[in-house]
Amino acid sequence: MKELSLNILDISMNSVKARAGTVSVTLTETDETLEIKIADDGCGMKKELLESVTDPFTTTRTTRKVGLGIPFFKMEAEQTGGFLTVTSKHESEFPESHGTVTTALFYKNHLDFTPLGDIVSTVVTLIQGSPDIRWIFVHKTPRGEISLDTDELKAVLGDVPLSAPDVLVWIGENLKEQYETVGYN
Amino acid sequence: MKSLAELAAIREKMQNKVVLREGGSDIRVVVGMATCGIAAGARPVLNTFVEEVAKAGLSDKITVTQTGCIGICQFEPVVEIYESGKDKVTYVKMTPEKAKEVVEKHLKGGQVIEDYVIKNI
Repeated sequence: MKELSLNILDISMNSVKARAGTVSVTLTETDETLEIKIADDGCGMKKELLESVTDPFTTTRTTRKVGLGIPFFKMEAEQTGGFLTVTSKHESEFPESHGTVTTALFYKNHLDFTPLGDIVSTVVTLIQGSPDIRWIFVHKTPRGEISLDTDELKAVLGDVPLSAPDVLVWIGENLKEQYETVGYN
Repeated sequence: MKSLAELAAIREKMQNKVVLREGGSDIRVVVGMATCGIAAGARPVLNTFVEEVAKAGLSDKITVTQTGCIGICQFEPVVEIYESGKDKVTYVKMTPEKAKEVVEKHLKGGQVIEDYVIKNI
């Protein structure tokens, strides 16, 4: 992937597929590191699937026998000296508190660090594709915090869907302005 | 700052529109957004469709949606156009520029751009 924001989009699609009601995308940045955490309350994975989830020959897709989403993300983290972990609780074992958490740590100053790229586009794309999910986006930077919770927007929007084009434009511009306010580039 | 008051104004405007709309959309634009599509550049293609359809004022008639892997990863980004009463059209190796052209010629003008279409799928 050319940008980590594309990996975030890709990995979050797994949460969508797991029928999550809420997905939190949390970026925590220091001067040296970037931690990306994607946490959902979807169906979760059973032990066997969880154990092989970083294997490229593990996939739930039916059109091909390879699944490269998590392997790509893992490789990009490891090539900076970082790591990727996936923890999961399957709904059959944990009916009350199931879901999956994918965490990746990147060392930003490493030569092979993939830039974050257009994260605003990723958030807008996720909301456009799955407006019924509650998306909680938080980006903690050394200069300040950027955040968005679709439940807060829904409270204002009422019956109007989050995927309405005007709403998506508003979301994109709101995030961009938050980034400008904290002076993040 | 993009305030919540502005969002409320969007709601007022939209609610009037929702009342006018009848039935479903006439045309569905489906963009493949699995790992293969995303890696090949599907995100800007999808966003171009969303923006251009909105700009053209066609959001009532045309819905833009996402799907998983369509099965022809080597031709990503792949975009399928579904229109009632017509055969599905599959555009391959899409770019934001080609997406603009598809909105202009196909979605607005009703003319399929054969050069970007893959046959027999």
